[in-house]
Amino acid sequence: MDDLVLKVVARVIIPFIQVYGLYVVLHGHLSPGGGFAGGVILAGGFILYALAYGRPALDSLLPDRLAALLESGGVLWYTGLGLVGLLTGSAFLANARAGFPLGVPGRLFSGGIVFLLNLGIGLKVAATISTLFRNLQEEE
Amino acid sequence: MKSVLIILLLVCLAALLVAVALDMPPLGEPSTPANASPLTRYVIANAVRDTGSPNRVAAVVADYRAYDTLGETTVLFTAVAAILALERGRKDEKSNG
Repeated sequence: MDDLVLKVVARVIIPFIQVYGLYVVLHGHLSPGGGFAGGVILAGGFILYALAYGRPALDSLLPDRLAALLESGGVLWYTGLGLVGLLTGSAFLANARAGFPLGVPGRLFSGGIVFLLNLGIGLKVAATISTLFRNLQEEE
Repeated sequence: MKSVLIILLLVCLAALLVAVALDMPPLGEPSTPANASPLTRYVIANAVRDTGSPNRVAAVVADYRAYDTLGETTVLFTAVAAILALERGRKDEKSNG
């Protein structure tokens, strides 16, 4: 697939897609969205990149190993944050009681564990969806 | 004969679904169980104090019921692991055969 129009349009809109995906992930505790929705938007940018520029281009941008690392890292990050609650003597996945600072509600860096979990889920879901696309797409 | 039976069955199912949909309360009706439950009132009143997150949905998903979301991420992880196992196996077969 070698389409000039597709390539130019993709080059223009992919940065906006990625910034919007990051916005949805980072503002998950403030506005509609969150890790799952934002991660899928991020992955949509990667998929568009692969469709316009071919699989090898995506492989060099997001290597298999990095995707696998984000994939398992996301789950480990989530569980690790949960274990902080146990280590500080409260419950698994506890928020303020585990010592996560809640901050001022409405600010970007607030919400304690909600913000951190959304971040982990967002990166993990982006890696998941791009890995699924990469492996289910027929080889040319 | 078989297709007539299937169509009849589908029409019955559609009638049932339409009947249920017509019986649904209007959107935002305050007296429905989901809207009137003390739990809903608790989350709306206390989510910002408990979690520091003005988005109540995020507060429920990532704080009150974070254990549930851990299960969801595990489901995604398992799905990808299964697909990778199947696909890599198929590729190995191709390169060997």
